[in-house]
Amino acid sequence: MAFSAIHNVAIRGISAAVPKTIESNWEYPFLSESEKKLLIKTTGVEFRRRAEKGMATSDLCYEAAKKLIDELGWSPSEIDALIFVSQSSDYYLPATAIILQDRLGLPTSCMALDVGLGCSGYVYGLSVLSSILSATGLKKALLMAGDVSSATCSFEDKSTYPLFGDAGTVTALEFDDSAQSMTFELNSDGSGYEAIIIPHGGVRNLATKASFDKKEISPGIQRADLNLALNGLDVFNFSVTKVPKSINAFLAKTNTSPDNYDYFLMHQANLLMNETIRKKTKFDKEQVPYSIQQYGNTSSASIPLTIVAELRDRTKEERLNVLMAGFGVGLSWGIASVELAHIKCPKIIEV
Amino acid sequence: MDINTFIEKLEVEFEELEQGTLKPDTNFRNIDEWSSMYALIIIALIDTEYEVVVTGEDLSKIETVQELYDLVKLRLN
Repeated sequence: MAFSAIHNVAIRGISAAVPKTIESNWEYPFLSESEKKLLIKTTGVEFRRRAEKGMATSDLCYEAAKKLIDELGWSPSEIDALIFVSQSSDYYLPATAIILQDRLGLPTSCMALDVGLGCSGYVYGLSVLSSILSATGLKKALLMAGDVSSATCSFEDKSTYPLFGDAGTVTALEFDDSAQSMTFELNSDGSGYEAIIIPHGGVRNLATKASFDKKEISPGIQRADLNLALNGLDVFNFSVTKVPKSINAFLAKTNTSPDNYDYFLMHQANLLMNETIRKKTKFDKEQVPYSIQQYGNTSSASIPLTIVAELRDRTKEERLNVLMAGFGVGLSWGIASVELAHIKCPKIIEV
Repeated sequence: MDINTFIEKLEVEFEELEQGTLKPDTNFRNIDEWSSMYALIIIALIDTEYEVVVTGEDLSKIETVQELYDLVKLRLN
């Protein structure tokens, strides 16, 4: 079990940026009225933000980072490390984190790298960056997480397009020997790699002209091999079996129970799926905030976006013990327990 | 567990379905409001109520309420 505790690292702030264009699932043309009603009730997704063509995840993270650095009163020159967690990078290469280092005016002595994960990415990214600070004594770092999923979902695919929203987030971390330890449990199951996949465009299946051809998979589902394909039922089964098991094992291992946490923050995948996980792990409704109705499934941005959207006031004024769970594409999943103590948390930025 | 309570639970999930309409030999894909989203709803219901895992593949192999009930019952034992 990849179970670990990381010491001496504090979360100082979290910010989030979304595109200003709002799309409503009530206006999505490939669903009947009753299908819309059922989709919104089941998945929880009513509205989504959509990036204009050419707007990248890094643009959202850039705005969120500028605002957060400013509120923290940090100088860009003090930032030692930057990790960009995303599956929608600016270019095939170079890594987007490096471009952001320059764009944000961070020093060239800053280490910068990308982590290619989605739904589990925030928990993973937090573990990777906190480990670096804890082990090296580097002082200040930024974790960026998000995706512009609208760029890769086919508009004519009712099984993907209505679910995903675009967002970019930034979490500021600092070495602090008085910080409460963070605890992580990280998992992978590559046997399910095809459950959520963009099959063409990587080196395995280089993009060809045919990669752009949209095919009808079933009524209401038309996509090309360069679009995201999602096997909803497989992901659902994975999420409601493996994730609660891991959470319960995590609680046992840390000798904690749902009562020890102020909030349980789940990746915003699908309301029915998340509620099934909530019931199986015995958390109360009040402990589990959602941003999915307003923003959809925002991939690795979903946990920090939910914090900014729903817990902003409390995280600024209090010390909160939170449990986090990210799960999905990979298949990959991770659980974390962290403290949010008087953090900076600016309002959601619209770009 | 008996099939009548199983059917009652299923009926609650279908908003437009009148109580008593669903029979053991009903093909659930023939319910008027059936859509692929109901596969998720049924999987979640069975998981929460009976702690039994039914997969998308399982559902694709069966047609009637009775077959679904039998599958759940088999996995319960």
